[in-house]
Amino acid sequence: MDVVAIMIVLETQGLLKQFGGITATDHVNLKVAQGARHALIGPNGAGKTTLINLMTGVLPPTAGQVLLEGVEISQLEPHQRVKKGLVRTFQINQLFDSMTPLETLAMVVSQQMKLGHQCWQSLGQSSKVVERCQELLELFRLTQVHNQRTSQIPYGKRRLLEMAIALACEPRVLLLDEPVAGVPAGEREELLHTVAALPQQVSVLLIEHDMDLVFEFADRITVLVNGAILTEGTPQEIAHDERVKAVYLGHSEVLRHG
Amino acid sequence: MVNEMAIVALFALSLDLVLGYAGIVSLGHAAFLGFGAYSAALFAKHIMPDPLLGLCFAMATTSCLGAMCALTILRGSDLTRLMVTLGMALILLELANKLDWLTGGSDGLQGVLMGPLLGRFEFDLMGQASATYSLSILFASFFFVRHWVNSPLGATVKAVRDNRLRAMAVGINVNARLAVVYVAASSLAGAAGALMAQTTGFASLDVFALDRSADVMLMLVIGGVGWLYGGVLGAVAFKLMHDVIAGITPQYWTFWIGLFLVVLVLVGRERLLKPWTWWRS
Repeated sequence: MDVVAIMIVLETQGLLKQFGGITATDHVNLKVAQGARHALIGPNGAGKTTLINLMTGVLPPTAGQVLLEGVEISQLEPHQRVKKGLVRTFQINQLFDSMTPLETLAMVVSQQMKLGHQCWQSLGQSSKVVERCQELLELFRLTQVHNQRTSQIPYGKRRLLEMAIALACEPRVLLLDEPVAGVPAGEREELLHTVAALPQQVSVLLIEHDMDLVFEFADRITVLVNGAILTEGTPQEIAHDERVKAVYLGHSEVLRHG
Repeated sequence: MVNEMAIVALFALSLDLVLGYAGIVSLGHAAFLGFGAYSAALFAKHIMPDPLLGLCFAMATTSCLGAMCALTILRGSDLTRLMVTLGMALILLELANKLDWLTGGSDGLQGVLMGPLLGRFEFDLMGQASATYSLSILFASFFFVRHWVNSPLGATVKAVRDNRLRAMAVGINVNARLAVVYVAASSLAGAAGALMAQTTGFASLDVFALDRSADVMLMLVIGGVGWLYGGVLGAVAFKLMHDVIAGITPQYWTFWIGLFLVVLVLVGRERLLKPWTWWRS
């Protein structure tokens, strides 16, 4: 493939985050290509979630920039970045407990269709909103539970709703923070299928501990260790990389080699 | 009596928007009630005696006050909001006390003469016109608010209350949403204050009192927070209880209200209203 022809949708340039004396993100230069299925892996405490928080604007960086489709977005508020098409999910479910999945999606879709400040129509009066909600409910297999309170539905379904909300924001780039974390084995399949079925035009950056999912899903993998990028490559390259093996097998290994 | 109930119900509706729908804890909601009352009374005295115009004027001025106060409640936790709202009511109380050339100070603003409603219906001693007036405004506001909470905008406000972090992550401008609700609610509270001043022809310092803010919160707790009918039902129940108990023991009625509250909160509204479920496990 011609390297120049690949369009970069999301890029970080020298992203740095220090908490006091601790460097959580160490000059990270990451590029996510258009339509990519890019995985970000690394041991616990490698700074994966911090990196997501920096990209989405929840945390201000100490230095460095975030670019979305070539435009700098470092100065934008989190909600403004979402409007530009950078959307995330959360490792720990962040849902609207008093609403039903349908209400939640209707709210997000309305907001997305710029009806969020509408105060005279009722929610879901617009047929465009209803159609999109039905699509999303089906895609994420939530149709059965669409009318139950979110706090009452099974954990696996809530995990699906977590992703459905993000997709309802019509992202250009979707950041998935451990989508299968804590999901019991019986409900895993369903979730993996849904992740695989995400629309092709949406670029995905996946943060995951589950190596099966990563190697099945990703076409490119970045390994993050101690806040810095250790290496990046195709799944085959990463699978055979000695340093990556060392990191995952234990630090004593690295010390002996290094 | 009906007039009074309609006014406190409107006031409770306003607090329900703030507390029940937006999740902002306020212990100084009387600030808006009082500001609306004085605005309406001053408007009638110095500018025009027409009640509807006065009502609009009071709602407009309280909205402005609400917009200013909104800046103070966007930051901080529940406790800081509690203190800031309480402080705001105290500041206004003291201002109304001090500016006696304008407000009549501790004597209250007297001699407010209202014109007839719609140029036709005089406010009389029987209070029929006032009760009808207040009830109409209450119903109109209730209709409007019910529509509003079921709209996409209302849904985004509930989303902010449920989970601020996620609301931000789906592209909602959290602070703008909270400010909108706060301004809308403050104008409703201002309307309640205006009705109070217009139907009694009087505005006094006690409209700003902490009791008012506390009572309206009790009404909401009795009726149910985050449920529009809750404010109205709570206001009616509270006023009725007040009247009945005060009729029996005029001096100790707060004891019984207190006891009722403790039982209500400990047992739960559901169970209290359904005695037949008491002995089921």
